[in-house]
Amino acid sequence: MKIRIPHQLKLALMAIAFGLLIGALLILFTGYNPFAAYTALFQGGLMSIRRIANTLANSTTLILTGLSVAFAFRTGLFNIGASGQMLIGGMVATVLGLSLDLPKPLLLTVMLVGAAAAGALWGFIPGILKARFNVHEVVATIMMNFVALWTTYYTIQNYFTAEQETQSATLPSGASLQVDWLRQITDRSFLNLGLFLALILVVIIGVIINKSVLGYELKAAGYNRFASEYAGMNVNRNIVLSMVIAGMLAGIAGFTYYAGYSSHLEIGKLPTQGFDGIAVALLGANTPIGVLLSAVFFGLLLNGKGFMQSVTGVPPEIGDIIIGVIIYGSATSVLFDRLLTYFQRGRNKK
Amino acid sequence: MNTIVQIFPYAVAYTIPLLITSLGGLFSERSGVVNIGLEGLMVVGSFFTALVINFLEPTMGANAIWFGLLAAMIGGALFSMLHAIASVSLHANQVISGTAINMIATAVTVFFARNLLGSGNIQIINTLSRFNVPLLSRIPIIGPLFFTNTYATTWFVLAILGAAYFVLYYTPSGLRLRSCGEHPHAADAAGINVQRTRYIGVGLSGTFAGLGGGVMIVTYSGQFNGSVAGLGFLALASLIFGQWKPLGILGATLFFGFATTMANVSQVIPSLAVIPPVLLKTFPYVATLIALIIFSRSSQAPKAVGEPFVKDKR
Repeated sequence: MKIRIPHQLKLALMAIAFGLLIGALLILFTGYNPFAAYTALFQGGLMSIRRIANTLANSTTLILTGLSVAFAFRTGLFNIGASGQMLIGGMVATVLGLSLDLPKPLLLTVMLVGAAAAGALWGFIPGILKARFNVHEVVATIMMNFVALWTTYYTIQNYFTAEQETQSATLPSGASLQVDWLRQITDRSFLNLGLFLALILVVIIGVIINKSVLGYELKAAGYNRFASEYAGMNVNRNIVLSMVIAGMLAGIAGFTYYAGYSSHLEIGKLPTQGFDGIAVALLGANTPIGVLLSAVFFGLLLNGKGFMQSVTGVPPEIGDIIIGVIIYGSATSVLFDRLLTYFQRGRNKK
Repeated sequence: MNTIVQIFPYAVAYTIPLLITSLGGLFSERSGVVNIGLEGLMVVGSFFTALVINFLEPTMGANAIWFGLLAAMIGGALFSMLHAIASVSLHANQVISGTAINMIATAVTVFFARNLLGSGNIQIINTLSRFNVPLLSRIPIIGPLFFTNTYATTWFVLAILGAAYFVLYYTPSGLRLRSCGEHPHAADAAGINVQRTRYIGVGLSGTFAGLGGGVMIVTYSGQFNGSVAGLGFLALASLIFGQWKPLGILGATLFFGFATTMANVSQVIPSLAVIPPVLLKTFPYVATLIALIIFSRSSQAPKAVGEPFVKDKR
C-alpha cells in the first residue's frame, strides 16, 4: 500500500528543506561546518528531557501567535499586529499579577481574562476599521503595534519598574504559570502551564474553524467576500469577530510568555514572537494542527541556536535566517509546486 | 516659535530617511507591487553604509561616508530583487514576501556583522557634519529654519524628491510606471513590458530605502545594530497617509518627523512637558489611523497594487 503524504505537508517540508539548505550554504560560506552546526542545533533542542521541555516552552508562545495569524488568514485578513496584541496582553497580565493579591488559581484566571480582553481590543480596532471604513488591516495593525509599544513603555516605566528601568518588576511565583511539579519532572526547565493552555486552544480553534457555522462563514469570507455577502452572511461582523479572536489569541500568547517563560516584561521593543507567528502560520498552512507542528519546529530552532553558537561558534542569527527563508519559501511555493508536478510527471512517464 | 526653531533641525534629520524610504515605496507600489519589506531594505542599507564606512574610515576619514551611502543604495537594490523575483516572476503573495524580506534582512545583516567584525553592532567614528547654507541662511525666519544646521544628505534627498516628481508626472517612463500599477493589462496591450517595469519599481524602492537606512546611520544614529526602529513601517504608513503622491509623502513624513521629535524632546521643553509623553508618542500613529478613516472613501491607491500580473489572465 502506498502512503499518501498530504500536498500541504510536502510543500511545508520543501520550504523547511529550502531554509535549511540556504542556512547551510551561509554557514559554509562563513567557514564553518554546516553538519556540525546543524547537529549542535538539534542537540541543543532535543538532547535531554530539560532541553526538550525548553523547546516546548519556546513553542508555547509561537503556537498561540501562530494560531492568531492563521485564524485571521482564514478570513482573508493579514494580522501583522500579533506582536502588539501580545505585548498589550502581556502588559495587562503583568500589571494584574503585580497588583492583585489573590490565590494562585484565581489570580492566573484573572490574568488570563485580562490578557485575552486586551488582545481582543487590539484586534477589534483594526477589525472595525476594516469592516466599516475599508482601512487596510496591515497598516492598521502596524499602527496598533506602535500604540501598544508606547502604552506599555510608559505604563511599566511609571508604575511597575524594578531596579532596572528597562523592564518590569519580576512577577511573584503566585502569578507565574511555572509550577513545581512540572519543573521537577522536566529537570528545572521553563516548561509551564502555558503549554496546556495553548494545546486546549489549538483544539478549540480547530473545532471553530472546521466544525462550526461561524468557522464556515469566516472561511467563506476569506475565499470570496462578495459571494458570502450575496449568500446572506454578515461579512462585516465576521471580519470584526475574526480580528477579535485573533487578537485574543495573541493576547493570551503574551500572558504565556511573560507569566510563563520570562517572568518580567521588557519595554521599548516589540516581542519578535508576533512576527515569528506569521512564519508559523504560513508553514502550518493556516491549520491548527499545522500551526502546532510548525511552532514546535521553530521552538526547536530558537532553543537550539544558542547551544549551536556555544559549541560551533556559528552566530545564532542563522536560526532567524532559516525562519525567514522558510517564509520566503512559502511565499514562492508556486515554484515548489511546479517542481513537484514536474517530478511526478517524470515518474509517471516511466 | 522658539520651540519650533529649536526642534526643527532634529525633526528634519528624522524626516529625511523616512521621506526617501517612503518615496522608494511609492515607486514600488505605483508599479503595482506592495512593498512591506521597506523596513528590511532600510536595515540592509544601514548595514552596508556602516560596513563600508568602517572599512574605509581609517584611510579616507569623513569622505568614506559617500561611499557608504553608495553601497547602501546598491545593497538595497540588490536585496530588493529577492522581493521582485517572488512578487513579479513567481506571482507570490506580496505581503508575505515582504515579511520574509524583513526577517531575512535583520538576521542576515547581524549574522554577517558578527562574522566580519565580531559584533552585531557596527559603530562609525565620523558622522556627517551639519553646515549652514551660505547666503540663504541669513534670510530672516526662513534662513534659520531651512538653511541653518543642515546635512548635505537632506539636500540630496530633496533633489531626488524633485526629480521623482518630474519623472513620475512629466515623462513617458513615469506614465508607463503608473499605468502598470493601475491597469497592467492595458499597459501590456499598449506594448509596455509590465514585468520589467515592476522590477524597476521594486529596484528603485530598494535603492531609496537602502539610502534611507544609510542616511540614518551617517546623520543621527551613528551605529548599525540590525534595526531601524520601525522606520520602514512608518515609511509605509506615510506612503498611504500621503495618498501615493510625492508631495503628499513629503507632508506625511514631515508630520511624523515633527510629532516624533516633539515627543522625544518633550521633557526638556516646558511648553510640551505638561502633555503626558505617552500621548505625544502615540499621537502620530493614532493620527494615521484617523487619517486613514477620513481618506478611506477617496483612497488614491494604485488599482492593481498587490495583484500579481499574469499575462494570459483577463
